Parts: sequence; C-alpha cells; structure tokens
Amino acid sequence: MLHPEIESMPREQLQKLQFEKLKKTVERVYENVPFYKQKFQEKGLLPGDLKSFDDLKLLPFTVKQDLRDNYPFGLFAAPMSDVVRVHASSGTTGKPTVVGYTQNDIDGWSDIIARCVAMAGGGKGDVVQVAYGYGLFTGGLGLHYGAERLGAAVIPISGGNTKRQLMLMEDFGTTILCCTPSYALFLAEEAREHGIDLINGKIKAGIFGAEPWSENMRKELEKGLGIKAYNIYGLSEIMGPGVSMECECQCGMHIMEDFFIPEIIDPDTGETLPYGAKGELVFTTITKEAFPLLRYRTRDISVLREEKCDCGRTFVRMERVMGRTDDMLIIRGVNVFPSQIESVLLEIGETEPHYLLVVDRQGNLDNLEVWVEVSEKMFSDEVRKLEELEKKLRHEIASLLGISAKIKLVEPKTIPRSEGKAKRVVDKREL
Amino acid sequence: MKVQQISVFLENKSGRLATLTEVLGEAGINIRALSIADTSDFGILRLIVSNPANALKVLKEAGFTVSITDVIAVEVKDEPGGLAVVLKALEMAGINIEYLYAFLEKSSNDALVVFRVEQIDDALSLLAKNNINVLKGEDVYKL
Repeated sequence: MLHPEIESMPREQLQKLQFEKLKKTVERVYENVPFYKQKFQEKGLLPGDLKSFDDLKLLPFTVKQDLRDNYPFGLFAAPMSDVVRVHASSGTTGKPTVVGYTQNDIDGWSDIIARCVAMAGGGKGDVVQVAYGYGLFTGGLGLHYGAERLGAAVIPISGGNTKRQLMLMEDFGTTILCCTPSYALFLAEEAREHGIDLINGKIKAGIFGAEPWSENMRKELEKGLGIKAYNIYGLSEIMGPGVSMECECQCGMHIMEDFFIPEIIDPDTGETLPYGAKGELVFTTITKEAFPLLRYRTRDISVLREEKCDCGRTFVRMERVMGRTDDMLIIRGVNVFPSQIESVLLEIGETEPHYLLVVDRQGNLDNLEVWVEVSEKMFSDEVRKLEELEKKLRHEIASLLGISAKIKLVEPKTIPRSEGKAKRVVDKREL
Repeated sequence: MKVQQISVFLENKSGRLATLTEVLGEAGINIRALSIADTSDFGILRLIVSNPANALKVLKEAGFTVSITDVIAVEVKDEPGGLAVVLKALEMAGINIEYLYAFLEKSSNDALVVFRVEQIDDALSLLAKNNINVLKGEDVYKL
C-alpha cells in the first residue's frame, strides 16, 4: 500500500476528512464558478448551510450538458494563469468537453495513479508500458505521470502499432502493461501468432480500463499474458483514470475517497440509494482546484460496497460498470454517442438522417459499422459519387471521434423503426 | 433527344432485383434495357422502361431510392468498328462518358447504345454534326 495512512484510514475519520474538503470545494465553486453560484441561489442554498456530511444531498447535480453549455472554460474554478493542463473528450455536436488542471491537480492525480500502479504490484524498478492514447484523452498522460511518480520506468508508447508494442515489451522487459482490455487481448493474440512468449516473460500485471470488460476477459487475459489483470476506472470529467482501482483481491474497485465522494442514485428520481443498491454513479471532487464538480452524474450504472476489503483498505468499492443510463457506446476505449454520428450526417445536408451503429468485436478488436439509409438527396446515379460520399462520411467520423468506421449505404426503411423512434445501436459484442 | 433513364439504389442482398422487377411488372411497365453497376456493398440499377414517369412513381411508392437521369440513345452501325466511330467523335470533342450499355432490341439494322455523358447537350450537337443517329425518348420507350 503506497499511502496506508490514508488508504486504510478508519471510515469515521475518512468521512471527517471528506467533509472538511467538501466544504472547501463548495466555497470554491460558489465563489469562482457563476454556474454553481446560480444553482445555489436557485435552491436558496449558501455554502455555510453545509452542516454535516449528509448535507451532500442538498447540493445540486452536475450533468454533461452543463459542461457543454459552459464550453470551453466556464466551469473552471481557477484563473487560466493557474491552469497547467487541459484535456478534452470529443463532443456530441462538434465541440469537445474540456477539463483543466492546476499543478496541484496534476500532482494529486499523479499520486492517485501511483497508488493504482502500486495496487497492481508496481514500484521502483518496474517497467510500465503505457499503451493508452496520449493526447487530449486522459488515459495516456494520466498513467504516465502516476507511474513516474511511483518511480517506475515508463515506456510512453501510446496506442497502436502492435508490432512495435510487442518488440519493446520483449526488449525493454515490460513488467506492467496499461491499455484497454480489448487491445491487451489483441496483443496477446498477436504475440502468440508471432511466436513471442509473453507468458514466461517479465510482464506480471496489466492495468486495464477505459471500456467495459468481464470476468471472462479477465481469465483470458491472465492466461494469455501470464499476468494478473486489474480493472481501473475513471472519467476525464472527474479526473481521468484512477478514480477507482482494483486491489489484489480483485473484488471491486476502491474509490480514492480522499479525492472523490461517490454516491449511487436512482437515475429517474435523483434519490440517493444505500450501499449495495444498483444505480447511477455520482461523484463529487473534493480536492480539485481547476475543475471541481459537485455531484457529477456519470451515467454509469454500478453498485457501491462498504464491507471491509481483505487488502486492508477502507475505501468503498464499486463494482464493474454494468451499463449506462444513456446511449453512449465505448468503442476501442473511445466514448461514442449516436448523436455524434447524426451531427456528421446533418453536416452533409441530411435533414432527417436514418442511421444505425453496428458494433461487433472481431479478433478482440471492436468494429464500428455505420449504416446509412440512402435518401434521394444523397443518391447519385454514379458509383463514383456514392463512393465519395462513403469516403467523406468515414473521414468526418474519424476526425470527430478519432476512430475509424466502416460506412454501409443501405436502402430506405432498412433500419428498423420502433414506436416512431429509430433504433440507433446494435451492439453484438459479447464481453 | 434525351432519354429518361431510371436509376435505383440497390443493396447487395438477395431478392431486391426480383422485388423491383415485380413492382414494375404489376404496373405494366416494360423494361427496354438495363445495366447494373456494383461495388461490394451496393449496386446502381439503370433502366430504360416503357413509362419512366410511372416507373419513378411506383418504385418510390415501393420504398426504393430512385432518380431520373438524362441519357442519350445512339444508333451504332452493327459492324466491326461501329462503336469506335462514336467513341472517337466524343473523345475528340472532350466529352466524358460516365458509362454506357447496349440495348438488346434494335430499332433498325443498327445497334442501340445508351450513353451517359457529362456534357449532354454538347454531345447531342456533336453527334448530329457527325451524322450519327440519336433516338428520341418516346421512340425508345416504345421499342
């Protein structure tokens, strides 16, 4: 345990600590973020009304739309001169959602990730291959700074280029691999095909996240790579990876409660649910300076468990994310909303596009096929023009989402309509 | 002198062409010539029919994506080099051919070829100048 005094702090003491930090965060957003000040005023609430930990319930929720409405920096609670980093995720209408970090935020995040890497058995002397994407996405840089903080040697290879991943893994003696679980499976398969023995190699652990996966995949990964596979969870709005992480017991992900307060709510009523109940995960950040969020609704469905863990940590555990309360898909670690595809079709002049996202997993890699009904407006008598249309759509989708999709032009009325509303997603993946 | 061609978007899946011809048959529309351009995913069916306006209507009603394209129907001498004469004339004038296909039936002793070109009016005057016979729409539909 990297920070035993915190990670195994008695819960009563931990809650006291959380409450102190929560009060500071509430004051901070009230003073610095007009959006929150207005929300408080609407509720007739003042920061001083927060008398006990349970008063958390009084605070307003924050949703993703609030981030969009305040694009780009409207929710920042620190002046831009104190911001040292921004990250962003692709937006639903072309504009991304933006998050910011002060130096203290980056330091805190690095501490959390250092904890996570330590939970996976990492430390000084380990070689950590970070195969999450580097860039606006929080995965790559998040793991990078945390592993460095821990004192491990980082290979900042980013995603893709499988051949090189395997070569460096062998030559540099990677001990911990960080990437999406589907990509890890793909690497294992490629290694087998090229006669590279990872099972008896130096690699001992994997820190996998950014997309949903299953116990079956865990078994396959542990067998295929000869490692222990750990689940990591996070979202850029809250911090990035490391919001929670599995310990060696692999029985749920410990939420870094000295940084975040988790809640489970009923997604329909907004009512807080007790531990053990299934519902929507909500987080309040209690250390962040640049981008603090109160009761952020993640849309992820999970369960919180407070039973003490065998590892000795007192942090509450969350179960694997079981689904979403919205129609978001995660494809190769990238968040995709059907409305993003719609915006591309609207841009090419379709007023009422009919489309379907078909997601499949072939050879451990996700495939996205976008079916588009050919309207009279799109239709051309020439093959060349229709192929140009496919190419244009492919290109626009790739530049908006950062992932490639296959475009399939289909005849009108091919895509099923139910109750007047078209079905937008067919997910054939079996995790 | 232009002929109205029906163009239909077809997915590459079984039964689509059968359905389409059934729809036309039930409406009493006769197919005079046809060609299919296809890729691995879809095809474009091009048809010369006895009644283009009606064909457009019934196919749309049947849920197909349909458009009407102007083409020209050119009489080509049914002898070696016959088509080359027409193609050469178009090429010399810099007229691009998008596609062409042949009729099975004939209006005379000559073969009949459908041309889709970019500059359709230029092509018509050029062919007239070269004494190459171009059929009127109504004559083609009646064949």
